[in-house]
Amino acid sequence: MWKIRWAAGPATTAVRRAQNRREFLRTAALTGGVLGASLLGLIPVLGGTSARHRPPGAIKDPLDEQQFLAACIKCGQCVQICPVQAIRLADLLDGVGVGAPYIEARTQACDFSCDGLQCVLACPSGALTHAIDYPAQARMGLARLSRPEACLARQGKGFKGLARGPAYTGKLRYAEVDRWTPIPVAEHPYDLELCDLCVRQCPIEIRRVQCAAGTPPSGDPNQCPPRPAIALEPGTDGQGLHPVVKDGCVGCGVCEMICPVTPAAIVVDIDRVSKVAWR
Amino acid sequence: MSTVLESLRVLLGLKPSRPNSDRVAPEVKTAYAEKRKERLTKARLLAVRHEHRKGCCNAWQRRRWITLILVNLLFVASYRFDVQILEGALTASHFVGFHLAELNATLQVALASRHLAFNLLLGATTVLVLWALLGGRTFCSWVCPYHLVAEWAEYLHLWLVKRRWARNITFHRGVRTLFYLLFALLALVSGYTLFETLSPTGILSRALIYGPSLALLWVAALLLFEVFVSRRAWCRYVCPIGMTYGLVGLLSPVRVQYNMRNCHHEGDCRAVCLVPHVLDVTIRGRAQTMETAIGADCTRCGLCVDVCPTGSLGFKVTGLGGTPQ
Repeated sequence: MWKIRWAAGPATTAVRRAQNRREFLRTAALTGGVLGASLLGLIPVLGGTSARHRPPGAIKDPLDEQQFLAACIKCGQCVQICPVQAIRLADLLDGVGVGAPYIEARTQACDFSCDGLQCVLACPSGALTHAIDYPAQARMGLARLSRPEACLARQGKGFKGLARGPAYTGKLRYAEVDRWTPIPVAEHPYDLELCDLCVRQCPIEIRRVQCAAGTPPSGDPNQCPPRPAIALEPGTDGQGLHPVVKDGCVGCGVCEMICPVTPAAIVVDIDRVSKVAWR
Repeated sequence: MSTVLESLRVLLGLKPSRPNSDRVAPEVKTAYAEKRKERLTKARLLAVRHEHRKGCCNAWQRRRWITLILVNLLFVASYRFDVQILEGALTASHFVGFHLAELNATLQVALASRHLAFNLLLGATTVLVLWALLGGRTFCSWVCPYHLVAEWAEYLHLWLVKRRWARNITFHRGVRTLFYLLFALLALVSGYTLFETLSPTGILSRALIYGPSLALLWVAALLLFEVFVSRRAWCRYVCPIGMTYGLVGLLSPVRVQYNMRNCHHEGDCRAVCLVPHVLDVTIRGRAQTMETAIGADCTRCGLCVDVCPTGSLGFKVTGLGGTPQ
């Protein structure tokens, strides 16, 4: 009853046998084709070209995204919940990473304006782990002053105007403007004697300032980051102040997003994170 | 029990069994004998068909297309227009607070990550119960967006075949069972959800909701293959999602039911069917009982119900009575 009919029975004619043989070969070719196509999806991950800046809570070692890509069900609920639309879904060129969420910090970084890590809460599969509750616990990458010579602060320069120009579409939450709704960076001009945008807009530093003033976000002291993320400090080379990334940096990418020089003087490396345990 | 087993055999890709003449009900034998006396002429069949087509116009197909489009639009509207009723994509979503998780995607994730998050388990259980009640592969024809575009491509394919500009190459249906096992094994061994990369269901759902992507090229390639090489190849021979929901629907109360009494055995139903092997019972001499529930591989698309000139096929919900036509 369970016999597969490729096994030619005694009553099978030569014609029928030839037909069966051709069907078997066609079917084998189909199997090979589809499996081959699916295995092509491994090339970007094995070649390392699919590594990306992931949302907070992504379960991965900095160098190994396998756990994250395996756990992600590619539904985009994190995309839908994000108040600044920082999260996008990867495309075909990411192979098996297709449909997995990532962030392009220079275009729109995660500024934690949801406070509660809404993407983590929205994730049904645990690819963004529910083990973290607060921005300071995220380990998305680590900022680095990649072009110190371009840094305005290091040249002792100020900054006046729109950080990213009038056409820039990215948003940030400015608590002093609107506590709840992020607004376009293009609607928020600055006038700074010394450019400190990367420090000033750092979500961790903003929270530290709020906590120091006795008004933690949502009135929740747990929101207070225990360690600094970035500060302007004098350099050793006799130059002026310049941004120094501290071990409280979570790698959210707001510094990279807001840096007014092009290309940005400070970037987030996705292959390393702060070694300080967040627990 | 033996009908469930037969349904499973056919789902896995084996040929439907021929009836054992000892098992054929006497009334069925009588009905077949009477049909032999009165031979169906071609003119009479054309007249019957003509009469049938005057009456209606693919009512089930219309209902199904509307349902499929509305479900997918609800996903789109929930995000794009902030309706917030059905958030996420077909692979996993939130329906007014309830988690939903597509079963094959959940299986892939669970095998690849060797972990099953509680919310995913919850969502998958809800979906399992839902589709077990609604008919299993009902998911395919009433919700899956690829099914709809493949159905349109199928019309093009049939048109080309009629003009001999394309051929329909067939494969062994058992290969879908092989794909189901291989993709599960690959997820477990590689640690990546390899099938999700290829799944036109997920790709199309995400493209609708989040905007077009390059991955649509793969969907286009599949459609071209179906148009020029092999009719409905993805759904028939490959898709493990269909396999999953076929298994879910094994015991489902929602069925297409066949009544052999008035059937002309002309095969119009099998000609339009995505999975014609489930309708082998409509071949003359194959029925064992007056009424037969169609097996689990049936997607409950209703094309056969629409096309049947004699009303011999209809939807039946066990426990609710039949809804002929």
